[in-house]
Amino acid sequence: MRFAAGVDVGSTQTKAVILNEDGEIVGRGLQDTGANITRAAEQTFGQALRDAGLDREEVLYVVGTGYGRFRVTFGHAQITEISCHARGAAFLFPRTRTVIDMGGQDAKGIKVGPGGEVVDFVMNDKCAAGTGRFLANAADVLGLTLDAIGPLSLHGTHPVRLSTVCTVFVESDIMAYLAQGKRVEDILAGVHSAIAARTVSLVRRVGLEPEITFTGGVSRNIGMVRALEEKLGGAVNVSAEAHYMGALGAALFALERAMHMAPATSPEVAADGPLASRSGVGVGGAGQSAGAGG
Amino acid sequence: MADPKTSYQGRIHLLQKELMGRYYQELTTAATSGGPPAAYMLISGNPVELVRAFGMLPVYPEVNALQIAVKKQALPYILKAEELGYSVDNCAYVKADIGLYFSGRQAPFGTVPEPALILCNYVGCNVYLNWFEHLREYSRAEVFFLDIPFVRDPMAPRPEDLAYVVAQLRELIALCERITGRSLDWEYLRHICALSARTGHLWAQIKHLTKHVPCPLDAYFDAVTLMGPLYCLRGSEEGLHFFEEAYREVKERTELGLGPLPEERYRFVIEGPPPWPYLRVFRDLFSRWGAVAVASTYSTVGGLWEFGFAHDPDHPLESIAQHMLYWNLTNRDLLRRYQQIRRYVQEWGAHALVIHSVKSCRLFSAGQGDMREYFTKTLGVPTLLVESDLEDPRYFSEAQMRNRIDAFFEALEHRRLVGAEVRP
Repeated sequence: MRFAAGVDVGSTQTKAVILNEDGEIVGRGLQDTGANITRAAEQTFGQALRDAGLDREEVLYVVGTGYGRFRVTFGHAQITEISCHARGAAFLFPRTRTVIDMGGQDAKGIKVGPGGEVVDFVMNDKCAAGTGRFLANAADVLGLTLDAIGPLSLHGTHPVRLSTVCTVFVESDIMAYLAQGKRVEDILAGVHSAIAARTVSLVRRVGLEPEITFTGGVSRNIGMVRALEEKLGGAVNVSAEAHYMGALGAALFALERAMHMAPATSPEVAADGPLASRSGVGVGGAGQSAGAGG
Repeated sequence: MADPKTSYQGRIHLLQKELMGRYYQELTTAATSGGPPAAYMLISGNPVELVRAFGMLPVYPEVNALQIAVKKQALPYILKAEELGYSVDNCAYVKADIGLYFSGRQAPFGTVPEPALILCNYVGCNVYLNWFEHLREYSRAEVFFLDIPFVRDPMAPRPEDLAYVVAQLRELIALCERITGRSLDWEYLRHICALSARTGHLWAQIKHLTKHVPCPLDAYFDAVTLMGPLYCLRGSEEGLHFFEEAYREVKERTELGLGPLPEERYRFVIEGPPPWPYLRVFRDLFSRWGAVAVASTYSTVGGLWEFGFAHDPDHPLESIAQHMLYWNLTNRDLLRRYQQIRRYVQEWGAHALVIHSVKSCRLFSAGQGDMREYFTKTLGVPTLLVESDLEDPRYFSEAQMRNRIDAFFEALEHRRLVGAEVRP
């Protein structure tokens, strides 16, 4: 059996996924990225190995993705999380044509081709408005956990209108509403609605062709899922793996390459596996990124 | 694999360094021990021929600002201007130059003389107008605002606009005569225009040589090397000599099949000025994908010679007016810019368009979202829009920039792998 892994070193958290040659997830790892990116990547990969009950040598190919991808020093190649999210989303939801990805620092819209390839993409500019960080700041100022704010926002009946989507100024905006005696639920409904509106207008630039798959850490927030669906006027695909989408996409790229390699545990020559024939954004063996330093 | 380093340094680069060094030496001498009166001008459609005819020193605050940025020295000047009250969002060229003015006009590469004439030759940017008003306020020098009507007619400027600009040029001549104490030598002006015509022709030919595969010269990252001499030395013998040498080298490289990179994998057109403080970093982000710029709009801000403009020694004022009105990138509407880029993509055989949007410049950046739509959706040209700043180092995030550029080329690589059409 051949195995391949993807390690997604995000600005907030590092995620790892190990796939077997049938394309099944056999191991996962997750931890906060922190200051030592290389160590976070190694530890998260180690977690995934333990979860899968595998030795390091059994994983033939590792692809790094995310902002810290060039610090996945044990990886064989690096691919941007834009390509990886598209690939992962199309794997889980094959009819995906648009990916909305919201992470700690980024909000992206990706137009996806039939094989999970990136056709076009847009991202937020150098500003964290409309990202996970915005929600984290809102939760902080209300003294709530990040997990709590989504469900609470669903109980908002009269969403407040935020005057800003600035991640810094949202705090004073919320304080002002609290001072006016607004309900926390209504404030949170306003917060989610403001981000959803901004994200939809961003993604509209690449088109909003269905099906739309929502990925990234923020997709675990039910309030944001509902707010997006309301703005879009339809359902979005969300997976329990959404958080791991970048790592999954990276693992799929890795598996595609591993299938062309001799398996570590058996002598037979690799044939094209089920995933090797799937098209995907390949950086080829060109070594464009390998060891390129970050 | 280590990133391929772009180390292209031909004769052009060495000669440019020498000439621009001499130019700044001349400015420093004028600033410190006296010399010809200095005329401050703007790049867009600059009338350097007229200034030169009076023996005045052409000084471009934009060129000074970008030179400071390339040398990674912009921030202290920008902060100095912000201390004076200039906003964070203000054009960073303006702030770097104002900061320079209040630093004894001492740049890392020389000292800039006080202006004798502040010549605002482009009014399409309101901030630029204010910039030169402020310089006038600080220096008390003579100021002249050339009111250049924005050209909306797709084919040519209107005759009345041309007459309007020529009439203003005559007023400018009278002012230059007063400042320099000499009357205009029309024969000398014609001679300068003839030199400019030959220089412009060589520059245009160089621009057309970049249609070759491989492209002999990066039409963005290397073309900027030629732009200093194009503005500061145009209309002089040494400026012409530089372009003769440059043409010879690019022609030679074309014949030898040499490009700036070991392998040319992608040809792209680029819109927008470079992030000067990170010029090298920005270039390497493309080089590692084997991507070469075959054409750029930025290199036509000063003039659009490659599409047919030439100074006319027989009609010096009319041709200077034509240059200022019509034959430059910024005095035209955005649809003309679309057409210019479209020609580049088609005739220069490009695979993609890259738009570098500038945070602190609304003039250049407004409408680039629509431009992106037009090229991706209407023409099907893969288009990447990235954003930073031309002068302010605080707006450049290498990780974010790299992410976008890598993802863009990953998608192009994929198209190539699956055999989908990638132009040309």
